[in-house]
Amino acid sequence: MTFFKAEGLGVNFGGVRALDGVSFEVEPEQVFTIIGPNGAGKTTIFNLVSRIYDPSHGRLVFCDEDITRVPAHEIAPRGIARTFQNIELFEHATVLDNLLLGRHAHKRSRFAEELFFLPRVRALEMEHREAAEKVIDFLDLQAYRDRLIANLPYGVRKVVELARALCTQPKLLLLDEPSSGLSVEETEDMAFWIQDIRTLLHITVLMVEHDMSLVSAVSDQVLALNYGRTITQGTAREVQEHPEVVKAYLGG
Amino acid sequence: MRFLFKTSYAQDLTLFTDGVQRNWYLALLVALVLLPWLVPAYLVDISLVLIYGLCGLSLMALAGYTGLVSLGHAAFLGIGAYAHVYFTQDLGLPWIVSVVLAVALTSATGVLVGLPALRMTGVYLTIATLAFALIIQEVFTRWDHVTHGLKGRPVDKPVIFGLSFASDTAFYFLCLAFLIAGLWVTRNLLRSPTGRAWIAIRDSEIAAQSMGVNLAAYKTMAFSYSAALMGLAGALFAHKIGFLAPDIFSVLLSIQFLLMVVVGGLGSLHGALFGAVFVAFLPVVISQARDSVPGWVGSGTALLGHDLSSAAFRAADRFVKQPGLEPGIFGLILVLFILFEPLGIYGRWVKLKVYFSTFPLYKQATFKRQRAYMRSERLR
Repeated sequence: MTFFKAEGLGVNFGGVRALDGVSFEVEPEQVFTIIGPNGAGKTTIFNLVSRIYDPSHGRLVFCDEDITRVPAHEIAPRGIARTFQNIELFEHATVLDNLLLGRHAHKRSRFAEELFFLPRVRALEMEHREAAEKVIDFLDLQAYRDRLIANLPYGVRKVVELARALCTQPKLLLLDEPSSGLSVEETEDMAFWIQDIRTLLHITVLMVEHDMSLVSAVSDQVLALNYGRTITQGTAREVQEHPEVVKAYLGG
Repeated sequence: MRFLFKTSYAQDLTLFTDGVQRNWYLALLVALVLLPWLVPAYLVDISLVLIYGLCGLSLMALAGYTGLVSLGHAAFLGIGAYAHVYFTQDLGLPWIVSVVLAVALTSATGVLVGLPALRMTGVYLTIATLAFALIIQEVFTRWDHVTHGLKGRPVDKPVIFGLSFASDTAFYFLCLAFLIAGLWVTRNLLRSPTGRAWIAIRDSEIAAQSMGVNLAAYKTMAFSYSAALMGLAGALFAHKIGFLAPDIFSVLLSIQFLLMVVVGGLGSLHGALFGAVFVAFLPVVISQARDSVPGWVGSGTALLGHDLSSAAFRAADRFVKQPGLEPGIFGLILVLFILFEPLGIYGRWVKLKVYFSTFPLYKQATFKRQRAYMRSERLR
């Protein structure tokens, strides 16, 4: 069975070739990290997987299904959740509402039932709430439950976004720079959580990250990109020592 | 300061946060029920407030919660009003059936208008709804067979199940019942996944989509629901004004509706109702001011001598009799609100409540970080 596979992914923005024939395969319960200098096409890959962009070439396979042409809103129900590099939370809602929105992929109530808030809707809401509370406990967000996102510090928002993604109960979790803007302590927490997400929740993680200490601490496989092309793939140590990776980062 | 002890998840699903709040609303309800006997003279105006309250809810669901600003809601009101009058008076359908059909019809129109909304955002959508309103107004003018065109058509008093609601008091209670029902249903949606999906679309379309929200479906749903509420308001509105003519459902009315939700406070149901009170009563206040302000100015300056005070009287009189004073004041208030209280009357209300509940320890910085949701970037 193929868990997740990208084959010859390519995308053009006008004349710019943002990605050029990138292929990789992610095994279940792996932490797979994509690294590369700015503009290497890392976030582009995420936007292709969450179907915000259409690829010009190549295909995406998830759980033996070709998801290259699946509409963006049908990605979450299939079991892929993501976070964003520049935090895309629902600013004027509470943390709890944000997490409950993460449960949208599991929505089972119908509009007509919701109009009158029938007992079934109430029961389903309680179920969603319980699922959200588990995530709150997992990520220690109890203190922020009823706070508006607009009033939260950056580090907490980052965790809320992770929590919202977990609420969708994904099989594959895409983390776009989980440590950017976090303090050293917060980054450490994040490293533990990523490990726990994999080992305790059995969720596969596909991550874009710049902080090499975090990358080497949690990653099983690392893919290095530059100018939309694959440089190399391997363990964190192998990739870090690869001469072309060093060249891409330090110039040469 | 009151502390809220939450001990079960069900507590977050109740209509009221706690018993104290519920009792306040009960008190309000009792006051509203007694109102016809307290202020009989203003009852007709208050019925209009209740109808505007439904309009406010409608636009609040769309603009305040889904973030889709419409300048065409007077058209939905008109469709509801004309459809209801046509169904009851030309087709002779029972009142309730007619209202249901009128609501279904406006809701279907809402879907049609919502479809372009899937491709347009911000001001472009607003302009599209404006165009829709103008077209519909033209349809009202031309479609003689149903609307009786510019001649207008008189509206009978409502008769439901043989009961006449002709008296002001009976009509007031009818409007009150429908407003409460509208509030309840809207509140139900907002505490369900659908309402949350709307809020998600308002705050971040890209994140909403990644959480599995079908943007097309939920935007259309918001339009359709908003139109349905407007249709219901339209049916009541027809009875309220007693005579339908196309020029009633003008762009100005749409602007008033938008004013209502902005001044009331975007993103809160309270705001819709505060705004309704404001928009319905401001013209009343202005027309009363027209009569009394010159007198006040005259007597206030009486100490300055007869010549000066009569000159001041004449100046004040000329000023308040200016045509266009009303829209001018509306505009001024809108600008002041956007500048100083982007969260509207509701925002002020919340601050007042916090001030008193934390007295004397209120910090001015409490609301510093709160930003208005109506930022310019939203209108990209």
